[in-house]
Amino acid sequence: MKFISRVFVSAITLSFLSLSVAAETITIATVNNGDMIRMQKLSSEFTVANPDIELEWVTLEENILRQRVTTDIATKGGQYDVMTIGTYEVPIWANQGWLYELDNLGEDYDIDDILPAIRDGLSVDGKLFAAPFYGESSMVMYRTDLIEKAGLEMPDAPTWEFIAEAARAMTDKDNEVYGICLRGKAGWGENMAFLTATANSFGARWFDENWTPQFDQPAWKETLDFYVDLLNDAGPPGASSNGFNENLALFQTGKCGMWIDATVAGSFVTNETDSTVADKVGFALAPDTGLGKRGNWLWAWSLAVPAGSAKAVAAQKFVGWATSKEYLDLVADQEGWKNVPPGTRLSLYENETYLAEASFAKMTLESIQSADPTNPTVDPVPYVGVQFVAIPEFQGIATTVGQQFSAALAGTTSVDDALANAQSTVTREMTRAGYIK
Amino acid sequence: MATTHTQRTAKLMVSPSIILLLAWMIIPLGMTIYFSLLRYNLLSPGTESFTGLDNYKYFLTDPAFFAALSNTLVLVLGVLLITVIGGILLALLLDQPMFGQGIVRILVIAPFFVMPTVSALVWKNMFMNPVNGLFAWLAKLFGAQPFDFLAHAPLFSIILIVAWSWLPFATLILLTSLQSLDKDQMEAADMDGAGMLAKFFYITLPHMSRAITVVILIQTIFLLSIFAEILVTTNGGPGTESTNIAFLVYSLSLLQFDVGGGSAGGIVAVILANIVAIFLVRMVGKNLEA
Amino acid sequence: MQQATLNQRKILTSVLAWLIGLMIFFPIFWTILTSFKTEADAIASPPMLFNFSWTTENYTEVLSRSNYFLHFMNSVIISVGSTILALIIAIPAAWSMAFSPTKRTKDVLLWMLSTKMLPPVGVLIPIYLLFREWGLLDTRTGLVIVLTLMNLPIVIWMLYTYFKEIPVDILEAARMDGASLKNEIIYVLTPMAVPGIASTMLLNVILAWNEAFWTLNLTAAKAAPLTAFIASYSSPEGLFYAKLSAASTMAIGPILIMGWFSQKQLVRGLTFGAVK
Repeated sequence: MKFISRVFVSAITLSFLSLSVAAETITIATVNNGDMIRMQKLSSEFTVANPDIELEWVTLEENILRQRVTTDIATKGGQYDVMTIGTYEVPIWANQGWLYELDNLGEDYDIDDILPAIRDGLSVDGKLFAAPFYGESSMVMYRTDLIEKAGLEMPDAPTWEFIAEAARAMTDKDNEVYGICLRGKAGWGENMAFLTATANSFGARWFDENWTPQFDQPAWKETLDFYVDLLNDAGPPGASSNGFNENLALFQTGKCGMWIDATVAGSFVTNETDSTVADKVGFALAPDTGLGKRGNWLWAWSLAVPAGSAKAVAAQKFVGWATSKEYLDLVADQEGWKNVPPGTRLSLYENETYLAEASFAKMTLESIQSADPTNPTVDPVPYVGVQFVAIPEFQGIATTVGQQFSAALAGTTSVDDALANAQSTVTREMTRAGYIK
Repeated sequence: MATTHTQRTAKLMVSPSIILLLAWMIIPLGMTIYFSLLRYNLLSPGTESFTGLDNYKYFLTDPAFFAALSNTLVLVLGVLLITVIGGILLALLLDQPMFGQGIVRILVIAPFFVMPTVSALVWKNMFMNPVNGLFAWLAKLFGAQPFDFLAHAPLFSIILIVAWSWLPFATLILLTSLQSLDKDQMEAADMDGAGMLAKFFYITLPHMSRAITVVILIQTIFLLSIFAEILVTTNGGPGTESTNIAFLVYSLSLLQFDVGGGSAGGIVAVILANIVAIFLVRMVGKNLEA
Repeated sequence: MQQATLNQRKILTSVLAWLIGLMIFFPIFWTILTSFKTEADAIASPPMLFNFSWTTENYTEVLSRSNYFLHFMNSVIISVGSTILALIIAIPAAWSMAFSPTKRTKDVLLWMLSTKMLPPVGVLIPIYLLFREWGLLDTRTGLVIVLTLMNLPIVIWMLYTYFKEIPVDILEAARMDGASLKNEIIYVLTPMAVPGIASTMLLNVILAWNEAFWTLNLTAAKAAPLTAFIASYSSPEGLFYAKLSAASTMAIGPILIMGWFSQKQLVRGLTFGAVK
């Protein structure tokens, strides 16, 4: 008996010892976006500074990643120590108790430097549950040469009417130049992010104060008619399967006159090695219709530590590193200021070198600061979120609605049918989920 | 007089497989049936409650369900049609004497080794993309408008991609069967002055019927649960035009995280698959017994 | 004269067969070719056939971003492991069903095949929960188990149809000579069964290598095979055709080469009893 207990004790001591000596391996799940791939490349700096921590990367395409991390966190699978998630997931997951509070990000982390709009989105009851890696709103990116050729001038704050006119004027299908590229690929984070934000500027909303779906209202019809007509007249072929990445490739190869999408694309379209139009890009705020709301969203890809992680301390250390000011300096040092992950820290936008090098910086900051997730629509709504509705059911219903709107764009259903289907599906699901009594 | 001893050994030898497969079937299936009776959303843990057959009601009255059902059938039948007919023609061609037969066979067999995700990604981006794809370039070469395959003919495009992966499989089996055809019989038919077509329909085709049955059976098993190709290319859209049952179940359980609804859908899919299986089994049974 | 027409015919069939063969192979060829282009050349219009500046930068990039060899080894271990395990379970079953069939043998076989028709997504959540309980998430063992069970029905059926072709007379002759069951298997059955087993094994390795649902959903970093590796290149930001092509070539290359080298063995047994 004594012998056994002694073995037991020494085994425990041994395992503790080995824990403290051997490197701890943390598994990081992230999206295969350019900024994250850069983070992976630069992460050797972190492991050199922290020899007791090793990193394992799981880099996946956005939709697969989201499905994998959600399954894992909801079943407490514990496969990941750091997860890359967005402003939609953070409040919902934090409320479920699925995330650790980030209260130990490092001494000189300077949490007050984080843009207030972004920080609010990642906090619950004043506690931070995810640290922003990069933040974004949406804006108009346009070709200065093409708009000049069309004899027009882009204002800093255009209306949808002007955008439509310019798009049609810039289109030259024989030379494969399409006036406007917009998201059409079905998905709550794809076409529905764009359309929900756009609908806000047309005075539409997802639900009224009693959670009654509003797709049968004229504002939604106006939004969708406008969108479908515009893309049919002035959009690229195959618009209904274009998401952010597809449109980025089109814009970079000079096939789009305008592109309304994430501000983070500013550095990609002005990057000389990848973009053939790098020196001919201008930026403007997302359009409006004069109702008081612009169609710009708010999003931040953020790093969070799941509550199931057994290596939370090391994980938080990494999160602190990847979202710190030092990391921004590191990227600037190695890859140039333009490639610094944007939209998270005030100090970045006070940096004269950055502002001089990144032509998109000013518009990015203005767009982020003007987005208002708590008050996103013209008419009052019971929900929070600009391009999403922050309830767990949203990703499911918005994906189904996105399918309908994508079909309307492809021309396989009419706008009216798409809206009617959306209305009935959403009503069905909301009734099922108990929002509609 | 098979002794009881050998009978017992025989049972002993089969039982591990049966037990394993039974476990594989019953445990997850049992859990799935249980979940299908719950209101269970993965994103709202702790709110599970018993709802009886509610999930089934929702699944079966979902307008997407009928679309998915017919898409599944079209998908399976379309691929079978292309691969069986194409496979027969290719097998007939490859059976002829030619130069470099070995290399041609290597070329034809290759698509079978390509993983579905890769083949779907390659077809989608490098061939069917209406701006940068090769098909678009070909269309423009002939002065036509590029056709947007995945938006305007999504199911057809997926059938094409899947058929490309399975054509080699069909061709190989049919070719092997063709090579075992009795040459004397053919020569006798030649003597009688039978035409090419007559020989094909009266001698070759009946000879291949077993092989054709096998191709249909094996492929159906895999085609019923086609999933990766849809996920990569169209995500089931536009609308529900390319959603099959497997994808519908996926979108319920992993996009909406509605485990209850997804489980009900899974059970419905199992029942449907078994109905198809019964038909197939009848057909195969007849053809394989001989 | 007749010789001449025969030759003409042979040339014609050859041309036709080569054309079709090349057409079928073209997507793979194009992928491999694109993997050596720069991103800009990859989407150039008109497409560039050979007149581009060849580069291996895509491969360097992919190798620096992903731990290719880990994924490759995982793929090998998972596909070979599950195949061997399936064969160990299936050979006795198929053997006894082929040589001591009962009335129910056929039903049992068909029932086994029907288990293969379960749509995997329908049972993902239960399996995920079980795997979490048993600590099998993101382990090669877990994937070997799942893929073994996935492919077991096909393996049993393929072996069964192959074993059935073995003439029973020989077995009986061996029994007459007093061969024990063990000797019967080792000296009589095995040599005759080897081609069938080899071909079953090859087919199963291919199926397991290309399985993209379980391998993607039950792994994270440690056990992720090449199917997961591909998922990180599927639609990244910006131009990606060339990098995607390089990753694709690396994912399908090994199995393609293996398939080509072993195609004779594969074809020999790939008849499922369809050839009499």
